Amino acid sequence: MANKIIAKDLNLYYGAHHALKNISMDIKENCVTGLIGPSGCGKSTFLKTLNRMNDTVPGVKVEGTVLLDGEEVYQKAVDVTQLRKKVGMVFQNPNPFPMSIYDNVAYGLRIHGIKKRIVVDEIVEKSLRGAAIWDEVKDRLKKPALSLSGGQQQRLCIARTLAVQPDVILMDEPTSALDPISTMKIEELMSELKKDYTVVIVTHNMQQAARISDYTAFFLLGELVEYGETSQIFSMPQDKRTEDYITGRFG
Amino acid sequence: MEHSILRSAKTKSAVEHVMHMLFVVCGLIAVVAVLFISIYMVASGGPAIAKIGVWEFLFGQIWNPEAGTFGILPFILSSIVATALAIFIAVPIGLGAAIFLTHIADKKTGGVFLFIVELLASIPSVVYGLLGAMLVAPMIFKLQNMLSLSQSGSLLSASIVLVIMILPTIISVSVSSIQSVPKAYNDASLALGASKMQSIFKVILPAAKSGIAAGIVLGVGRAIGETMAVMMVAGNAAIMPSLLGPVRLLTVGISLEWAYSSGLHREALYGIGLVLFVFIMIINILLSFILKKGGKKS
Repeated sequence: MANKIIAKDLNLYYGAHHALKNISMDIKENCVTGLIGPSGCGKSTFLKTLNRMNDTVPGVKVEGTVLLDGEEVYQKAVDVTQLRKKVGMVFQNPNPFPMSIYDNVAYGLRIHGIKKRIVVDEIVEKSLRGAAIWDEVKDRLKKPALSLSGGQQQRLCIARTLAVQPDVILMDEPTSALDPISTMKIEELMSELKKDYTVVIVTHNMQQAARISDYTAFFLLGELVEYGETSQIFSMPQDKRTEDYITGRFG
Repeated sequence: MEHSILRSAKTKSAVEHVMHMLFVVCGLIAVVAVLFISIYMVASGGPAIAKIGVWEFLFGQIWNPEAGTFGILPFILSSIVATALAIFIAVPIGLGAAIFLTHIADKKTGGVFLFIVELLASIPSVVYGLLGAMLVAPMIFKLQNMLSLSQSGSLLSASIVLVIMILPTIISVSVSSIQSVPKAYNDASLALGASKMQSIFKVILPAAKSGIAAGIVLGVGRAIGETMAVMMVAGNAAIMPSLLGPVRLLTVGISLEWAYSSGLHREALYGIGLVLFVFIMIINILLSFILKKGGKKS
């Protein structure tokens, strides 16, 4: 499988704090890659280097290389709005805008200049179907998004991300604020999504990583301790620390 | 029994009772004051308006107490136009400043600016009047000379002074409503590939709009009730308003003639007070309506 994203010797500092240490990692196209590790290990920080959402944090400094389809993400010539259009993101807490369901999904299209009613209608429906929420909302597209349940809101946020037609979808603990049934729905969705997208998911939940990801990376204290196929990481970890973590000895 | 749970002389119930009553009385004083003002305004302004005639009073164009003509249309229009003009100028500036303070300036600069803006709100209005008379009015004088109009205080001068006076209100209310928009909305917008300005105009400002509207209405209330500062720059002639001509606002109409008025003249001034009071009431009802609507949504 081709490499979608290649990170090489990636270092990130929040002021004096060295948050990512020499991360080198290839992310495969059309796969789900899970990032696991205890709180503060750098997994979310790494995720946000891929769409440069770290840029909004004051005092952040990034060194090293991140290649997306062979293009350096951190070069000066990059237009971050185009980068983020290509690399979408779903956040930990569902964060739909205080607008209608329809407008939430259409938002991304409108900011990228797609305003034709028929086109927008079509992509909104396609995106909501893609996020497995169409049947639940098709009769109330004009209702406020905040009237949905937490799990529905999160799938709406996934639909909103799909609408701008990204290549890569980053998910930052997308189910940690949800109940088990909503979590299950989103996990099922992920195996669908990888057919068309490259998915990178941060999860606090090791069982989740084992269930849904093809590749798993274990982060600890800003280092990438171990990275490989999920089955191998969970059955035959090479590193003692990985083994301790997945067997529940710490974290 | 040493530790009985029953009431005894030692328990604090008496103190509790007294404090309870004290707080009730404090609360009542404020309510009663408003109630008395309302009754008083109607009782003292009403008869004059009835004597002069509602239509003649509200829509009469001539204010000439010596001749017994009491038409306050010039005052009403002057107040409305001066306030509207001030709001029209102050809202874009205030909103722009609020966006600067919350999303453009770094935290430290924003903090210092906001402190200064809030300081601006506590300056007594007579000081604004002095500044207006020294800085704003002379500039308008030049304009009047250029257009060969007679040199005087004017509606434009009054509006400019009002702009400076209501800016702090609009800025600080807008800032706090923009700040209360969850950061998650901004993050979500940026992550979809929106630019900073797109996020501000399409997500953050719409989410903050009820708070911003409240700030504008508060500004209207402040502008329409302002007396001293406008009296010093408006020229105060009791004639129909024009942009560069002297105008007399409702508030000034009362304060200017209060000291020497008597009889029906004095009663008519009460009548002006009643009109002003109704304006302010409408503005406040509007405000609470906006806030309630905004509160329901979130």
